[in-house]
Amino acid sequence: MAKRILLGAVALLFMIAAAYAAFYVAPEERTMGVLQRIFYFHASSAWAGMDAFFVCFVANLLYVWKRDQKYDWLGVSSAEVGLALITVVLITGPIWAKPAWGIWWTWDARLTSTFVLWLLYVSYLLLRSLIEEPDRRALLSALFGIFAFLDVPIVFGAIRWWRTQHPAPVIMGGPGSGLDPTMRKVFFFSVLAAHFLAAFLIVERFILEKLRSDVEVLQREAEAQ
Amino acid sequence: MKNLNSVFAAYLIGWGVFFFFYLTIAKRTSDLRTEVDRLKNSLPRSK
Repeated sequence: MAKRILLGAVALLFMIAAAYAAFYVAPEERTMGVLQRIFYFHASSAWAGMDAFFVCFVANLLYVWKRDQKYDWLGVSSAEVGLALITVVLITGPIWAKPAWGIWWTWDARLTSTFVLWLLYVSYLLLRSLIEEPDRRALLSALFGIFAFLDVPIVFGAIRWWRTQHPAPVIMGGPGSGLDPTMRKVFFFSVLAAHFLAAFLIVERFILEKLRSDVEVLQREAEAQ
Repeated sequence: MKNLNSVFAAYLIGWGVFFFFYLTIAKRTSDLRTEVDRLKNSLPRSK
């Protein structure tokens, strides 16, 4: 309990510090001005969201291999947290795009593949809600989760493989890409903060899933009597 | 400052989503804890 509170406090403090750094430490970008400050929140949420889906993918693989319930709990927990983070990405992106591009949305490769990713993980959670038998639910959702993760490398590569409306990558991009050193520090601090938040939410969600399993076991015991 | 409203909106909505998501987890956890207690009490003591 104390460790969970500590992790939550660290996540909150880091998120506050990251917002402060994005507004007051990072220098103003020359062409976009203050609007560019959305980038620190938007891109760090995207990074943490992709990593949450990676945790889900590894948990899904481990469940298929070992059939241990703990991996099913970790899979659904990280999928739901990843979905929350990608929801923020899909909201903050258009808020940036409207003043920058003059449009809220366009069906380019990066935006479309991210929206498809969001739909895939919504489907993953819907699929789980439709199957009552725990082992069957865990196996089918693990297989679907492995399939859903295939979109993550496409989202990552979309702005590297194709010409898109979405800005070119500034991290792990080609020659000439990159960030001002202070912007880079603020960005990586924001990424760290988003990962602390994701870790805290996954732990909380994991405990919820364990409780749900306890309820199912107790209900079966009660029905058997 | 031009577009400052958009920046504040992005941060506020984003934080709102995270806070709402955390609240849903806390609410569901609390409901399940109550359900676990209820089921444990409904089962015979030998369990």
